[in-house]
Amino acid sequence: MKQWIAFCSILGKDTRSYYLKPPNISWGIVFPLAWTSMFFIRSGAGLEDIMSLLPGVVAVSVLFGTTSLLAVTVTFEKKGRSFERLLLAPISLELLMLAKTSGAILFGIVNAAVPIIMAAFLADLSQVQWGLAVPAIVLIAVASTFLGLFIAVSVSEVFEAQTFSNFFRFPMIFLCGLFFPIANLPVFLRPLSYALPLTYGADLLHGAFEGAMTMAPVLNFVLLGLFCLVLFGLSLHNIRRKWIV
Amino acid sequence: MSAVIEVDGLTKSFGDVQAVNGVSFTVERGELLGFLGPNGAGKTTTINMLTGLARPDAGTISIAGIDCTRNPKAAQHLIGVVPDESNLYPELTGFGNLCFCGALYGMSRKDREERARELLALFSLAEAADRKFAGYSRGMKRKLTIAAGIIHRPEILFLDEPTTGIDVASARQLRQLVEGLHREGTTIFLTTHYIEEAERLCERIAFIVRGRIVRIESVAELMQPVQDRHAVLVSVAEPDPALAEKLAPACPDCEITAAGPAQVRVESAGPISVAPLVRFLDDLGFDVVEARKMHPSLEDVFVRITGIEADAMRKEREKPGGGKVDAA
Ligand SMILES: Nc1ncnc2c1ncn2[C@@H]1O[C@H](COP(=O)(O)OP(=O)(O)O)[C@@H](O)[C@H]1O
Ligand SMILES: [Mg+2]
Repeated sequence: MKQWIAFCSILGKDTRSYYLKPPNISWGIVFPLAWTSMFFIRSGAGLEDIMSLLPGVVAVSVLFGTTSLLAVTVTFEKKGRSFERLLLAPISLELLMLAKTSGAILFGIVNAAVPIIMAAFLADLSQVQWGLAVPAIVLIAVASTFLGLFIAVSVSEVFEAQTFSNFFRFPMIFLCGLFFPIANLPVFLRPLSYALPLTYGADLLHGAFEGAMTMAPVLNFVLLGLFCLVLFGLSLHNIRRKWIV
Repeated sequence: MSAVIEVDGLTKSFGDVQAVNGVSFTVERGELLGFLGPNGAGKTTTINMLTGLARPDAGTISIAGIDCTRNPKAAQHLIGVVPDESNLYPELTGFGNLCFCGALYGMSRKDREERARELLALFSLAEAADRKFAGYSRGMKRKLTIAAGIIHRPEILFLDEPTTGIDVASARQLRQLVEGLHREGTTIFLTTHYIEEAERLCERIAFIVRGRIVRIESVAELMQPVQDRHAVLVSVAEPDPALAEKLAPACPDCEITAAGPAQVRVESAGPISVAPLVRFLDDLGFDVVEARKMHPSLEDVFVRITGIEADAMRKEREKPGGGKVDAA
């Protein structure tokens, strides 16, 4: 119960201090909008192609909505030393980091909803397998938040965290099979694709929106889940090793 | 009385720097123990190890009977910590900060809001309650940081340099608040590099120098050797490096040492009469500008035991924030 009060307060404070701030909200809406429009114009696609673009736009919205937030909620607070207060609180490090990340996860999920709601006005979404899409979006949000967390606890400056997340994000978008099938990538790049969590999320989204998957859904979920666990575990390890000196 | 904090052989180094070197001590229930030492002596590192922000290289820590050596989180619900820098959230108000800190310790909304109002009033911050922490003055920040450390009514309080870098009036108010907490029975571990502060507040003091405790005793015991010492401080107009030697024949039983370029300190086990000293110097052609009786203080003891000149400690104080930057 006491731990739950602490958890909710941390989540509530981060939501008010960071996520619900106007720049963040507008970023969360404008960014997916811009991506969607860009791909429409570039591909010269018509409305009938929305379903093939949606997985990419959704995944990118989640990825960009989550990873860099941890640079603020974690790296920035560490730098300002207010993070020490959290480390001094009588809650386990696991719960503390879940509280610090759950806001970003929720924010990522909300970001994913933006392009989907827009698409609902332009196309028929009745064929979408929501039972696949929703858990996939949640897991992508968790995986990219934990990737952001891993970066945030591995650096000491906010700008480093932001630079590193771009270093991961941009190659990831092009290697994960969202916009070009992995089969079309040069052979030497393919192993890299399979080392990225988003590859499995992208496959699930393709399945949910277009009914075409290259791997079994269970395998995708399991691998994506494993990425989440490993990234979270590594982040906690880094905090224990580097911050509790 | 029973020990609430028991520390044995605590050691910590950062690379080549031996920050804390085999520190052992106990703090009794309800006691106010002071760690007095210059900057870099290892005070903050000791607090960090006791509160779970740093991992000792060696040694054991027990808090309220809980072995915290392996699991530093085990006793965190019993302790309050006031760090050396004000590290609250700049974007939250004073009230918001206190409520948030209360929530971290699992206090219910009603409980933490009541307690926050009570503390804001106690620390004369009620009027600033709804202002952002970022806009607070240094003294107000310090006060709110202390309030945040005691919001959950901890049994044991760690105070790291509570009055460093703030104005005299705020410092005085803070000392009174610390005395109040102590009277109410809170066990307090306080660090400071202000000798007078330690003397005023603490029951027992540990002198810490370069990571080692060189002496740990009650204030009364520490003062014992100087209690019946008498001292006179004599100042002349022109600096003279040989002043002490020249004055020596005036009082063969006294111990005479230079206390500054134009100042000597005359000490003796018996009462010292000032007039002959002044006359003696006058005859030698010195222009005596001041001669005053000194009351024995902890400062004398500190200088004797640690060999650190009190001036060196005082200089640190004169730098704003004791030479450290206030991050908040
Ligand atoms: N995180 C750290 N990394 C490297 N050196 C440190 C660290 N923390 C403290 N030190 C060093 O350890 C010594 C003791 O520091 P500290 O405990 O902060 O002293 P105090 O609080 O008494 O001023 C100093 O020499 C300081 O430079
Ligand atoms: Mg210190």
